[in-house]
Amino acid sequence: MKSPAIEVTGLRKSYGEVEAVAGVDLHVEEGEILAFLGPNGAGKTTTVEILEGFRPRTAGQVSVLGQDPATAGLDWRERIGIVLQESQPEEFLKVAETVTIWAAYFSDPRPVGEVLQLVGLTEQRDQRVGRLSGGQQRRLDLALALVGNPELLFLDEPTTGFDPTARREAWAMIDGLRDLGVTVLLTTHYMDEAQNLADRIAVIAAGRIIARGTAEDLAVTASMQTRISWDSQEVPLAELPEQLRGAAAVSVDPGESREPGTTSAEGPTRMVILTDDVTDTVAALLQTAGRLGRKIDSLEVLAPTLEDTYLSLIGEADKAGSLDR
Amino acid sequence: MSSRGLRQLAAQTRVDFTLLWRNPLASFFTVVLPLIFLFVLTALFGNELVTPVGPRLASRFVPGIIALSVVQASFVNLAVVTVFRRETSILKRVRGTPIRPWVFMGGLVATSYAVIALMAVLMVVIGWAVYDVDLLWEAVPGLIVTLLIGGAVFCALGLAFTNVVPNETSGPPFLNLVVLPLYFVSDVYVPASDDTPRAITLIGDIFPIRHLAVALQRGFDPLTDDSLWPVTNWLVMAAWGVAGALIVTRWFRWTPRD
Repeated sequence: MKSPAIEVTGLRKSYGEVEAVAGVDLHVEEGEILAFLGPNGAGKTTTVEILEGFRPRTAGQVSVLGQDPATAGLDWRERIGIVLQESQPEEFLKVAETVTIWAAYFSDPRPVGEVLQLVGLTEQRDQRVGRLSGGQQRRLDLALALVGNPELLFLDEPTTGFDPTARREAWAMIDGLRDLGVTVLLTTHYMDEAQNLADRIAVIAAGRIIARGTAEDLAVTASMQTRISWDSQEVPLAELPEQLRGAAAVSVDPGESREPGTTSAEGPTRMVILTDDVTDTVAALLQTAGRLGRKIDSLEVLAPTLEDTYLSLIGEADKAGSLDR
Repeated sequence: MSSRGLRQLAAQTRVDFTLLWRNPLASFFTVVLPLIFLFVLTALFGNELVTPVGPRLASRFVPGIIALSVVQASFVNLAVVTVFRRETSILKRVRGTPIRPWVFMGGLVATSYAVIALMAVLMVVIGWAVYDVDLLWEAVPGLIVTLLIGGAVFCALGLAFTNVVPNETSGPPFLNLVVLPLYFVSDVYVPASDDTPRAITLIGDIFPIRHLAVALQRGFDPLTDDSLWPVTNWLVMAAWGVAGALIVTRWFRWTPRD
């Protein structure tokens, strides 16, 4: 049976009376990409730095690749790669020189050319690091983390500052690490990044994990509903069957729905239903349109995004925290 | 040391040496500035014979400028580079790799020694070719020991000093603020004479730069103390070096200041 790449139980870290991490449990399987989400000051960086061996913990059990990072030796460091949130390579070195010296730190590095190809910096190999764009410098960060041939990679906000194209390219690159069997702990503020890359997601708030699982699991945890909307002129509120009428909200703006069953004083333009039962709701709506002999070309069915789910979870955690206080 | 450690040290030294040469500010302050000082001092004070049989006045400037080169190459450059690497998280990243910390730091120390050797040879050659300054060959073993001790001591002090430099931009002014006044009271620009106020030499005697400069003078000026083995100067420097090493062992930071 495979052992987990990361196993954390009851992790705590205090600074004086402030508890930055207040009992985190975390489990990451080998070869898995886990996204670690949370607002600033939630304990995310502290947790990751404890896992990387940079920070001592106050209490709890931590096992990373079978060893305690607080006491692990250089052999353990051979097996991990780290992309820090902020770091700046030596600007006067060339790209290939930078990766080459980094490769010299490891006993079994990947060939430099292979790493440059993997991160898409082959053409820039003889360019000074200081002349690379922000996105290219971040790719170089990733190259330095990969050159040691790591089993586990810590990626802390790897695409911050990227334009959309560069971000998509970086995602493809990180996704490609799956084929290499690399386990990834990804810290990010970009929900689409987590949704696209991660097998599972863990959300931390106020030093505690408040939700974990796939994006769908999280949506269930947060009781998120699918949003069905259409133009009210196509199927007006009055024509809806009873079971939908009670649930429908009317909105003058697609993003600004009112309480279910209400109407706008300005005249309704958009109908909105939030539901867990998408199939039955859409079927009933189409049936109604059919009965009226109309089409619903404006129909939109929007599943909850990870961002909606995340904001809901964090909002709930904030409320609970306020009540605790 | 393992052969892998040696290979890593050689590779790191090559990189650090390359970085020094490619960085215009670092190479100017480490290599060009001492040469300028030598030319300016001889232009200002001339190069007359000190006594009818010699030596020439420049024989007192050359060892002082070699001392300055040692301090610039080890103390100033090493501290500036290390603070920059700390504040830009390069040190933190390195700490996350399997390279031994002393091997990584060894690259900078070896680079300092390479520059010290280069500058010492350059000064001796320029002194001999341009200013008629003779190296006292019987003092060469003592000179080499002085340079070895000086390099180690000022590297240790440079690393220790990184603890009080808050960020990378304040590194160069901070360090120059420390060494520039000390150069004036440490026989670096102008050797002390009988007319030098006692307070100046006393202050100079407390710090290691003057001991380095005085120990180097033995190699060029036959009129100085006739001992070829300036043990007292070495011991004072070593004491500073030990203090620096203790500070490094206890308080050296690998991560940026929060």
